[in-house]
Amino acid sequence: MNMATITNDNWLLTVGTFLPLVGVLLMMFIPASEERTHKQIGIVTSAVTAAVGVLTLLRFDYGHSESLQFFVDSEWISVIRSNYTIGLDGISLPLYFLSMVVTLLVMIYTWDNMPDAGNPKSFIILMLVLQVGMAGSFIAQDLILFFVFFEVVLLPMYFMIGVWGGEQRQYASLKFFLYTMFGSALMLVAFLALFFQTGAESFSFAHLAEAGALIDRDVQIWIFAGMFVGFAVKVPMFPFHTWLPDAHTQAPTQGSVILAAILLKLGTYGFVRIAIPMLPQGAKAWAPVIGILAVIGIIYGALGCLAQTDMKRLIAFSSVAHMGFVMLGISTLTEFGINAALFGMVAHGLITGMLFFVAGSVKHRYHTLEISRLSGMLIQMPRLGWILGFAAMASLGLPGLAGFWGEFPAILSAYNPNFGLNVGLYRVLMVIAALGTVLAAAYLLWLYQRTAFGRPNPEFDAHAAHPVGAGVNDDHHGADIHDVTPIEWIAWTPFLIAIVVFGVYPQLMFDVMDPAVSALVERVGAGIP
Amino acid sequence: MLASTLSSGWFLENAWLIPLIPAIGFAFIIFFGKRMPQGGSEFGLLSMAASFAIAVGATVQWIQRVNSASSEGEHALGGFFGFARAVLPMAGEEGGHSAAFVEPVVRTWTWWQSGGLEFGVGQHIDGLSIMLLLLVTFISLLVQIYSTEYVSGDRRYTHFFAALTLFSAGMLVMVLAENMIQLILGWEIMGLCSFMLIGHWWEEAANSRAALKAFFTVRVGDVGLLVGTAVIFFGANDWAVERGSNGFSIRAISAWALSGEASNSVLFWGGVALFIAAIGKSGQFPLHTWLPDAMAGPTPVSSLLHSSTMVVAGVFLVARVYPVFFVGFDILDTAVNLITIIGGITIIAAAALAFVQDDIKKVLAYSTVSQLGYMMLGLGVGAWLPAVFHIFTHAFFKCALFLAAGSVSHSGSHHSFDMKKDMGGLARKMPITATTWMISTAALCGIPFFSGFFSKDEIIDNASHNGYQFFYWVGLIGAAMTAAYMTRATYLTFFGAPRGAAAGEHHDDHSDAHDAHAAHDAHDDHDAHHDDHHGRHAGPHESPWRITAPLVILASLAIFSGYLNAPAVGTHYFTDWVEPAGVAVAADHAATATDGEEHALGFAALAAEEEGGYSEGCGFTTPEDGTVCYAPKLSHAEFAWSKAAPSIVLVAFGILMSAWLSMGVFGDRKHPLKGLTSRSGIARRGHAFLVNKYYLDHLYEGVIVKAVAHPIAKAAYWINQNILDGVVNGVGRSGRATGEWVYRNLDQRVVDGAVNASGLVASETGHALQPIQSGKVNQYGALLFGAATVGAIVLILVNI
Repeated sequence: MNMATITNDNWLLTVGTFLPLVGVLLMMFIPASEERTHKQIGIVTSAVTAAVGVLTLLRFDYGHSESLQFFVDSEWISVIRSNYTIGLDGISLPLYFLSMVVTLLVMIYTWDNMPDAGNPKSFIILMLVLQVGMAGSFIAQDLILFFVFFEVVLLPMYFMIGVWGGEQRQYASLKFFLYTMFGSALMLVAFLALFFQTGAESFSFAHLAEAGALIDRDVQIWIFAGMFVGFAVKVPMFPFHTWLPDAHTQAPTQGSVILAAILLKLGTYGFVRIAIPMLPQGAKAWAPVIGILAVIGIIYGALGCLAQTDMKRLIAFSSVAHMGFVMLGISTLTEFGINAALFGMVAHGLITGMLFFVAGSVKHRYHTLEISRLSGMLIQMPRLGWILGFAAMASLGLPGLAGFWGEFPAILSAYNPNFGLNVGLYRVLMVIAALGTVLAAAYLLWLYQRTAFGRPNPEFDAHAAHPVGAGVNDDHHGADIHDVTPIEWIAWTPFLIAIVVFGVYPQLMFDVMDPAVSALVERVGAGIP
Repeated sequence: MLASTLSSGWFLENAWLIPLIPAIGFAFIIFFGKRMPQGGSEFGLLSMAASFAIAVGATVQWIQRVNSASSEGEHALGGFFGFARAVLPMAGEEGGHSAAFVEPVVRTWTWWQSGGLEFGVGQHIDGLSIMLLLLVTFISLLVQIYSTEYVSGDRRYTHFFAALTLFSAGMLVMVLAENMIQLILGWEIMGLCSFMLIGHWWEEAANSRAALKAFFTVRVGDVGLLVGTAVIFFGANDWAVERGSNGFSIRAISAWALSGEASNSVLFWGGVALFIAAIGKSGQFPLHTWLPDAMAGPTPVSSLLHSSTMVVAGVFLVARVYPVFFVGFDILDTAVNLITIIGGITIIAAAALAFVQDDIKKVLAYSTVSQLGYMMLGLGVGAWLPAVFHIFTHAFFKCALFLAAGSVSHSGSHHSFDMKKDMGGLARKMPITATTWMISTAALCGIPFFSGFFSKDEIIDNASHNGYQFFYWVGLIGAAMTAAYMTRATYLTFFGAPRGAAAGEHHDDHSDAHDAHAAHDAHDDHDAHHDDHHGRHAGPHESPWRITAPLVILASLAIFSGYLNAPAVGTHYFTDWVEPAGVAVAADHAATATDGEEHALGFAALAAEEEGGYSEGCGFTTPEDGTVCYAPKLSHAEFAWSKAAPSIVLVAFGILMSAWLSMGVFGDRKHPLKGLTSRSGIARRGHAFLVNKYYLDHLYEGVIVKAVAHPIAKAAYWINQNILDGVVNGVGRSGRATGEWVYRNLDQRVVDGAVNASGLVASETGHALQPIQSGKVNQYGALLFGAATVGAIVLILVNI
C-alpha cells in the first residue's frame, strides 16, 4: 500500500486554492460602477493564483507522482472526525493546474466580452468563488471537505447561468441546480454510509480506501450506486445528461467554458479518486453498467449533435459523446483506460473550452448561432474560421492533437478489461466506441462545412452591394463582424498551444499520471478477491 | 555480434529528419508565408529539397549496408556457401531473393507511457521505408515545382503550399514509423491534409462536399485501423515485452506473427480490421467512391495523392505488417483470401468505370483505383516484392499522367477537364505534354520495355506461380481493360478533331461550366491572371517549363525505373535492396532500450538460406528457439517471355480494339456502334449502371448517411427532448405540485396546526422552544429520507 506522503512546501495548496478570496474581499469594498477596476482585480487575482499554480508545478516531485505531495492534515471538524486533509498527486495535478489557467484565461476574455446583463463586479466575484470550489475539489483528501468544495461550485454557476445567461436562463439554471442537488443528496447519503460502514473513524481518503475494500460486496454495490448517481449527473452520463445542453446553451460564454473545461471533470474525477478505490468490488460490479452507458452516450451524443441546428447546442452535445470515451476508459479499470480518461479529461477541457470560446465569439459577431444562417466564415473572419477548424479537428481526435490521446487508448483499453470483467461485452463496446469516432467526424466536419466554407450569407455581408431601391436598410447585420481581437488572442493562444503540445508530446502528462494510476489500479486489485 | 558490423551512416541514423523538416516547413509557411516574396512556397520547396537530399543520402547508405550484410554473410558462413554468393549483391540469384538478413536501422524515443510501459516514436528504416522515403520526397519536390506555376496567383497560394508540405510530412512520418501509433499519426495527418487540399476551392459547395466525403469515407475505414491496432497490440504485447519491446512496435508485431506462438484468430481478426482501413485509404472496392470525387482538388494535389502518397498508404500498411496478413489469412495455403478478393474486384470494377468517364482526371482516378487493386492482389497472392515494385513504378507514370492532364487543362483546354467537350487534337499543339502522356500511358498499360510492364507482369506471373490461377486471369483481363480505357482517353484528348476550348473557342461560349472550371472562376485573382495569359496566347499552346520539366523527368522515369528490377534483362537491384530476407535470425536479448539508442530487438544473421519451395522457412515452420523471423520466405516466379506472352497479346488486343472503337464512335465517320446506348436497352442500362458507379454512392449517401443524419439523429433527439427530458421535467413539475400540495394541506394545516397547537400547549406549560426545534429536526430527517427513497427507485431502474 503506497500511501507515503510528502509534506514539503505544504502551504502552496492552501494559498493556491484560497487566494481568489483575497480578490473577492477587495472587490467587496469597491463600488460596482468601477467596472474597469473590477476586471483588473479579477485578472490580477487569477494571474497570481495561476502563478502559485506554476510554482506548484515547479515544486512537484515528479519522481514520486504516485504519492500525495504538499500534504496537510490538520484538525477541522473534530466532532464528525473530518479533517482538513489536502494533497496533490499525479492524478489531480493536471486538473488542479488546468482549473487555474482556465479561470485566468476566461477572466482575460471577460475584459472585452462582458455578457449583456453587465455588472462585472458580481460576475467576477462569482468566477473567483467558483475557482476556489474547483481547485478545492481537486486537493481535498477528506470526503466532507471534498463535498463542501464540490457544493461550493454549484451556486456561482447557478447564478452565472441564471443572471447572465440566454433567453431561457431561468429554466436552464434551475434545472442545472436541482439536477446536481439531486445527485449530491444521494452522494452524501453514500458518503455517510461509507463512513459508518468503515467504523465511523475518519473521512480521510487514505483511510477509506483501505477500510472501504473490506466492506461486504453487496453493501459496496449499494454505496457505489449512490456515488454513481452523484458523479454521473456531474459528468454527465447518459441518461443523466439532459441538464447539460440547456445549461451550456444558456450559459454565458465564460460559464460554458468553465463548465466544459472543469466542472464536468469533477464527476469523472470523483469516480477515479473516490468511488473506485474506496469500493473496489462495487466498482467491479458496476463497471459493465458504466461501460454500456458510456458507449450509449458516445453514440447517442453524436446523434444528438447531428440533429442540432444551433452551433452551441451541438458543441454541448458533443461533450456527452466525449465524456462517454472518458467513462469507457474508467470502466475498464485498467491503467490504459484510466490514463486515457485522465488525459481525455484535460484534452476535452482544452478543446471543448476552445470550441465554446469560438461559439461565444461567433454569437458576439453574428448575434445568432443558427447553423443554417452562418456560412463563409473563412471569408469574413479567416483567422476565427481557422481556429474553429483547428478545434474541430482536435475534437474529432486527430492524432498529433490532444484529443487523440484521450480517445484512442480508451478504445484500446476496452479490448482487455481488467479484473475478469466480461471480455466479450467490452470488445463489442470497443467496436461501437470506435464507430463513434466516425460520427464525431461527421458532425464536426458537417458543422465546419456549413459554417466556414461557402460564401457569406448575404444577410451578414456588410460589403455586399444592396440592390438600389431594395428599400429599408434595417440595422446593418454585418456591422459587428471582425476577425479575432487581441484580447481573444491572449485568452485563446494558451489553449491552442496546449492542444498541440500535448498532442505532439503526450508523455508530458502521461509521465505525471501513469505512476499514480498504476498505484491506484494496484490498490483496486488488492481489494478484489 | 554480426549485426554491429553492418555499415551505417549519418543519413541512415538520422532519417527521422526527413519527415521533421517538412513539418517545420509547414509551420514556417503558416506563420511567415504570407510575408515572403514567393508566398511561402520557398519554405515548401526548400524543405522538400532538404528532405530529398537526406533521402538520397540514406538510400546510398542503405545500399552500402545491404552490400556489407552480404559480404558479412559470406564471411560468417565460410566456404560452404561462399561460392554461391559470389555474384551477390549486384546481380542476385536467378528467381532471386536477397540472401542475407539486413538489420533495419531502428531508433526510438519515449513518446508516451501507460501502466509502466513506455511507447516510443522513432524510425524504422528498412528497404521498404527507404524506397518510399526516396519516392515521396522526390515526387513531392516535383509536384511543388509544378505547383508554383499551376496555382500561381491563387488567392490561397500560401495555404496551398502549407497543406501540400504537411501532407508530404504526414506520408513520411507514416513511412518510417517505428510503431503502429506513429503510423496512425501519419495516416491521419494525410487525411486532414487531403481534406484541406481537396476542398481547396471551398467556396463551391461541390468541392467542400468532395473534401468531406474523402475525409469521412477514409474515417469509416479508420475504425478498422483503431480496432486492428488494439487487437494486434494485445495479441503481441506480452510476447514483445518479454523481448524488451512492446505490442505497437512494427518489428515486434512482425516477429510475433511469425513466431508460431501467435493465436491465429487474433491475427485473422486483427488483419481483417487493418485491411478495412486499407480499403478505405487505398480506395478499394467498396469504399473507392471518394477517390474520383477527390478530383475536385487542384491537379497537383490529385497527382500527389494518387501517385506516391495517401492512396498507397493502405497498400503500405499491408506491406509493412505483412506477416500479420500472411499468417492470419493463410496466404499461399488457401486458394482465395480477403485481400485477393477485394483486390481482384477492384481491378475489374474500377477499370470498367474508367470507360464511361468524360473527365480526363476521373479516368486517371479510376485507373489509380484499379492499379491499387493490382498492388493489393500482389500482396494477397504472396507477391510482396512485385506489389511493392508496382508502388514504385506506378508513382512515376501516374504522377506524370496527372501532371500531363493538368498541363492540358492549364494551357490547352482553358481549365476544362472534359475530354469530349474541350479536347481533341492537342498532340500537335502540345507536343511535350502529349509525348510524356503517351510514354506514361505505355507504362501504365504494361507495354514491354516500359516500367509498368516489369512490375505489373510480375504480379500477374506470381499469381499463377503461387497457385492463384483465377486471379491470374483477373489480372490479365484487367491489363487488357487498362490498355483499352487509356487508349480511349488518349484518343479523345490528343487525336481526332479539336473541340470546344481545344479548338480555340472562348470559354464563355459554353456556359455549362464544369466543376473545376467554376472553381477557378471563384478566384478573381486566378482568373484575372489567366485572362491576360490567354490574351497573349490565343488558343491551346505548350505549357511553360515549370510544368513540362517535371513531366519530362517523370516520363523518363516511367521508362527507366522498371529496369531496376527487370528480369527480362537480368537486373535484380530492387529485390536485393528492398526485399526483407525471410530467414530466421538469432534474437539478441542483451541490449536494452534507452532513449535514442538502437532498438532492443537486435539480431544477428544466423541461419542459412533454405532452398526448395514453400515447405520450410519463415512463415511456414516455427522458427527455432532463440531465433525469430521478420518476413515470410517467399519465392519468385522466374521470368520467361513465353509466360509474358498472354498479357502482351491481351494488351495489344485492348489497344487495337479500343483505338478502332474510339475512332469509330468519337470520330467523324459513320459507325454501327455510334449511339448504341440510345438504341439498345441493354446497352443503355449497362451504361447507366456504370455511369452511376454501381449505385454505391446512392447507397452510401442516399440511404445510409441520410438515414443516420436525418431520421435516426432526429429520432434520438426527439427521445432526448420528449422522453428523457420529459421525465426530468415531469419530475420537476410533479415535485413542485407535490410541494404545493404538501404546503397547502400538510404544512399549513397539519404540521403548522400541530406546531401551533403544540406551541399553544407549550406556552401554556411554559416550555416554548423545545418542541419546535425537535420538529425541525424531524422535517430534515424526512427530507433526507425522501431524497434517499427517490434515489433508491432510480437505482433499481438503472440496475435493470
